[in-house]
Amino acid sequence: MNLVRKELKVKYTASVLGAVWSLLNPLVYLAVFTFVAKVLGAGVPDFPVYLLSGLLAWNLFSTALTSGAQSVLDNSNLVKKVAFPHEILPLSAVGVALIDFLLQSGVLFVYIVAFYGFHLPELALWPLAFVTLVLVSVALTLWLAALNVRYRDVGHLLNIGLIVWFWATPIVYAGYQAQRLAEGGEWLGIPRFAFYVLNPVTGVVEGFHRALYAVVRPVEQAAPVLFDVSLAWVAGVLGLTLAASLAALRFAWGYFFARSGDFAEEL
Amino acid sequence: MTRAASIEVRDLSKRFRVFREKPTSVKQRLLSSHSRAEDFWALRDISVDIAEGSTLGLIGHNGSGKTTLLKCIAGILRPTSGSVTQRGRLAALLELGAGFHPELTGRENVYLNASFLGLSRKQTDRAYDDIVAFAEIGDFMESQVKFYSSGMLVRLGFAVAVHVDPEVLLIDEVLAVGDEAFQAKCIDRVRTFQREGRTIVLVTHALDTVRAICDRAVMLHHGVVHALGAPDDVVREMRYVLLGQIDQGFVPEEGTREAEIAEVQIVRADGRVEGHVLRDDPLTIVVDVRANQAVEDLDADVQVLDGATNHPVLEARTSTAGVAIGRFEGRKRVRFLIEGFPYNPGKYWVTVGLSSRRTGRLYHVQTQRYLFEVIDVPRVQERVQVPVRIEVEDR
Repeated sequence: MNLVRKELKVKYTASVLGAVWSLLNPLVYLAVFTFVAKVLGAGVPDFPVYLLSGLLAWNLFSTALTSGAQSVLDNSNLVKKVAFPHEILPLSAVGVALIDFLLQSGVLFVYIVAFYGFHLPELALWPLAFVTLVLVSVALTLWLAALNVRYRDVGHLLNIGLIVWFWATPIVYAGYQAQRLAEGGEWLGIPRFAFYVLNPVTGVVEGFHRALYAVVRPVEQAAPVLFDVSLAWVAGVLGLTLAASLAALRFAWGYFFARSGDFAEEL
Repeated sequence: MTRAASIEVRDLSKRFRVFREKPTSVKQRLLSSHSRAEDFWALRDISVDIAEGSTLGLIGHNGSGKTTLLKCIAGILRPTSGSVTQRGRLAALLELGAGFHPELTGRENVYLNASFLGLSRKQTDRAYDDIVAFAEIGDFMESQVKFYSSGMLVRLGFAVAVHVDPEVLLIDEVLAVGDEAFQAKCIDRVRTFQREGRTIVLVTHALDTVRAICDRAVMLHHGVVHALGAPDDVVREMRYVLLGQIDQGFVPEEGTREAEIAEVQIVRADGRVEGHVLRDDPLTIVVDVRANQAVEDLDADVQVLDGATNHPVLEARTSTAGVAIGRFEGRKRVRFLIEGFPYNPGKYWVTVGLSSRRTGRLYHVQTQRYLFEVIDVPRVQERVQVPVRIEVEDR
């Protein structure tokens, strides 16, 4: 906990506005995309809400992974000189990202209340999506942090991987477009769409979309924006993702502890 | 000693893999399945018990494995084989200021550092004022640590570590930093810890410190225990083995041995020859002399030195006391009776010497070979007969 506090303090030390910077980020997004969406006519009404409900989740995920993967390396001095539970290093990286996420979600919620409105049954998905997001992030962060100590190119690989991953997730484009392209096709006898949804972040992001953006087909006669599936279907995918991330967490935790005894030596 | 072992090191070995070039990337690992690793055994089959409340000194030359052993005890390194069993809250001072973040202020770093050592926020709140007072950098607590001098960092680091209330304290070479006044303060603090019955493991090159404050010492040499036992014995061994020569300032034993010191006993007030000496109690140093050939006018002397400073506090000599020892061959016993030992609690060394009164020839000298410890025991207030003289005079 103290380490999260430290990271935040370091982040905002000697900056006049401090944590306000963190809030400014989604505000600028909201402002910019209100106009840009109009110019582009992206086919997604209320684009800022759609974009941010997914992007904030993605930001938490990618920041946690990037800084978490470096956390043990960056604190090598500490690991080599002080005896302490090493897992707090990646966990605090997730913690810092989590605090940013919550602050920024606050901004988004205010925007939604003011310009968009909450949709009640869908909003119930938010806690489930949130818990899944955190678990996925923690599991991957722990695993990468330990792996990065042994193989230093994990960090570089991650940066490239995240770019691909970002576009493999329906964040800036409408989820339905991906669904439509995948529909009908099969790989190895499995529907192609299943592969798309196999991406755990897709399940999470689509969960946030359904919880906050909520409307599958905002304009009658036009194509849907979100996955054209039932609420239960989204909840089901989230549930499966949650179960999978729990299993992943178990593995990552075991891996991290098996490796952490040798950190001091390998750094 | 029947006290439970606070730290048990059993057959501990530590192997480091030394890579010519460490294959830390996947590519290198795939390409060279046989990495050119060489094994280096930093420690081999180390077994040491450290009794609860005792102070162990770890000495050895650079690269002998002292710090590796300390890191294994601290749980930072994992032993390759063998085990370390340790009870109680442990604080390790491997490098002062480790874990300080340069961008944070002294105050923030105190909280951060204390949390690494296992202290809650509330506990740190309570200890905070003491920490600042101990570190003596009050005005700088709100400045970023990157502006601190190295001395200030060290003081703050030590202050935090000693205030986390550790049951076991591991110290690596940190007492050697800081100015003399602060060093004295650190030693003082270590002594307080000893009185409070905490276990201390001290790695140092300062052999005098080991002799002054440790109960036992271990000398490591190329990763194995070379000597283990009373600090003065181990330190003597260390000096012999490592310096390869007799240290000018420390000649533990010398002389022509026409007459020899056969035995020395330090007899306490109640007749015991072991255990603490109570301050102000009488003390007798019994020196048994064996003359291997007839010696004339033997001069026997004892010197008592303060263990902390190595300064002599008391000296007695048969010749100056006007005690003549006539020509003899065989055994004689000389008793030095100190009516009350008035000095501060602490450890004291005894140097015993035999020489010729006439020629000054040294028969046998044992420098700082014997040790006793003085403690202060609060005495029961008794009614003492203080003589009062009464005078009456006319006005």
